[in-house]
Amino acid sequence: MTAYFARRLLFALVLVLVVSSAALLLTRLAPGDVTAQLGPFAAPEEVASARARLDLDRSPLAQWVLWLARAGRFDFGDSFLYNRPVRELVARAAGNTAILAVVALAAATALGIPLGIVSGSRSGPAASLIRAASLVCVSMPPLLTSLLFVFVAATTRWLPAGGMTSVEALDGRWSTWLADVALHLPLPALALALPIAATFERLQAQSIAEALQQPFVTAAAARGVPPREIVVRHAWSVSLGPICGVYGIAIGTLLSGSFVVEFVAAWPGLGRLTYEALRARDIYLVAGCAATGGLMLAVGMMIGDLLLAAADPRVRERPAG
Amino acid sequence: MRRAGLALVTLVVVVALGAPWLAPNPPDRSFAQSLYAPPTIVHVFDGGPRAPFIYQQRLVSRLERRFEADVSRPVALRWFTGGRLVSVADDEGPLLLLGADALGRDIFARLLYGARASLTLAVVATFAAIAIGALIGGIAGYAGGLIDETLSRLTEFVLVLPTMYVALALRAALPLVLPPGTVFVMLAAIFALLGWPIVARGVRAIVASERERDYVAAGHALGAGPWRMLVRHLLPSTIGYVAVQATLLLPAFILAEATLSYVGLGFPDTVPTWGTMLQDAANVSLIGNAPWMLAPAAAIFIVVLGVNLAVQGRGRAPVQLEL
Repeated sequence: MTAYFARRLLFALVLVLVVSSAALLLTRLAPGDVTAQLGPFAAPEEVASARARLDLDRSPLAQWVLWLARAGRFDFGDSFLYNRPVRELVARAAGNTAILAVVALAAATALGIPLGIVSGSRSGPAASLIRAASLVCVSMPPLLTSLLFVFVAATTRWLPAGGMTSVEALDGRWSTWLADVALHLPLPALALALPIAATFERLQAQSIAEALQQPFVTAAAARGVPPREIVVRHAWSVSLGPICGVYGIAIGTLLSGSFVVEFVAAWPGLGRLTYEALRARDIYLVAGCAATGGLMLAVGMMIGDLLLAAADPRVRERPAG
Repeated sequence: MRRAGLALVTLVVVVALGAPWLAPNPPDRSFAQSLYAPPTIVHVFDGGPRAPFIYQQRLVSRLERRFEADVSRPVALRWFTGGRLVSVADDEGPLLLLGADALGRDIFARLLYGARASLTLAVVATFAAIAIGALIGGIAGYAGGLIDETLSRLTEFVLVLPTMYVALALRAALPLVLPPGTVFVMLAAIFALLGWPIVARGVRAIVASERERDYVAAGHALGAGPWRMLVRHLLPSTIGYVAVQATLLLPAFILAEATLSYVGLGFPDTVPTWGTMLQDAANVSLIGNAPWMLAPAAAIFIVVLGVNLAVQGRGRAPVQLEL
């Protein structure tokens, strides 16, 4: 058990390190650099001083080592684009993405799991309806759902069509800010959640249908346990294994999906920041975003592993995989 | 259900192949009087039923993008003229079945031509991903030992990366402005690099278990070398699995192209693909007034739904891939 998690932890560390280093070197070796932001008429001295500020005058390897040494002390350098420390920018953006992702994951769970139990354990119009709805949703990736929702919101004006806060609600009070964010959140969160909810529903339905085939269900039925209780208490707990397994994978889906949703719905998260940093080749911002993304991924995977281990003793016993 | 899915996919493929004949207008022709024009409605009733006809749309206000139909003069559609299924004469049109975009180009025509680019790219990338995945997975499963360990770790590593970010980073590292042909090759390569682990993981498992079978021992006894064994005998046994994976990758790649082009890192705007068309829909205030700009989103939905329906109950649940 301990060895298993030690290996997973090591994998997580390697992941963060490799991803951020690769991002740094990729940006450095790509043609052009961030000083292009100064425009074509910038004085050569100005360009040179900007390059020096970002350590672009050193060799890529030296810059990488320097960055690593600083990152070890939680100093991720400055963003040229924003002229602010990368740590500050990334922390805020990552927080926004985390809010979006956590709410979306919760919504997907709250929608997908109960519906999956119903459609997997019953037949009839309700189950068919759920199955059809989930097939539609699974064919509507975040790009399509977010475009659709933004369109609906823009036409009906039921919800704000994009952004995370509105200018009117900037009076500096916490409660106003929270209410404002809560108003902006449902659209992107639901756009992100729907396809994942559909995936959860399908998995849960399959898994509970399989569990209901098991002999212990027949035994419980023979003992006179009512059908509802068999499904909820007995079959469901057995069917949880595959679901817990998918949480570890869902985190990658969430991050990828949230990039798209953030872009379409103008949510100021890590995806947008990464995109801006990449396009401008703002080297330390790119590396910082990659490190944060890698960290979120690693944390999500660890939580997924824990869930899986909690649900399935065989995982705990397995010699790391 | 399965038949409906196959029908949808076939329909899209046929439409893509027949684009030059089916589209009423060339995809890059710009109608100066029809910027953001709404879809031209084809009427079949005029008092009583009659052959399909349209009313010419006249631009009333360029600022408000207001159009009015000239109902005094019905324009009959021309069938099988000038190498097109249906069209109208130049001075009586344009016939814009799904409206026009910001440059007055026929969205319907661009949608058909876009299907060609989007589908071809997805198919090429899928084959490439399968080739790489089958090779790496096959070697890992067949060789075992340290090679297996290394390749499996690599597979696992690439598998957990959020694909959209990696695609974005790889694309952004390359020059932003490139000719369409180069973009095509580059995107296919990036997608293949991201898609192969899904194939490799399963192929490795299948090959590793097949390797223990008697026919492999017999093959070895008859003098078959490792490469021959792997390529001629072991990899063919994974074909069913690989086919299922292909149906996962294909929609994911269509979507990846759309996303990259949507954010401006895919094809240039001059090439009609579903992604470059969606780019115009990025403007929120605009799509409220011109919802037909979302037509490519509907097209993507149809393809993904078609693939999902077609493979339902064939060894996989319609689970969406993260790309």
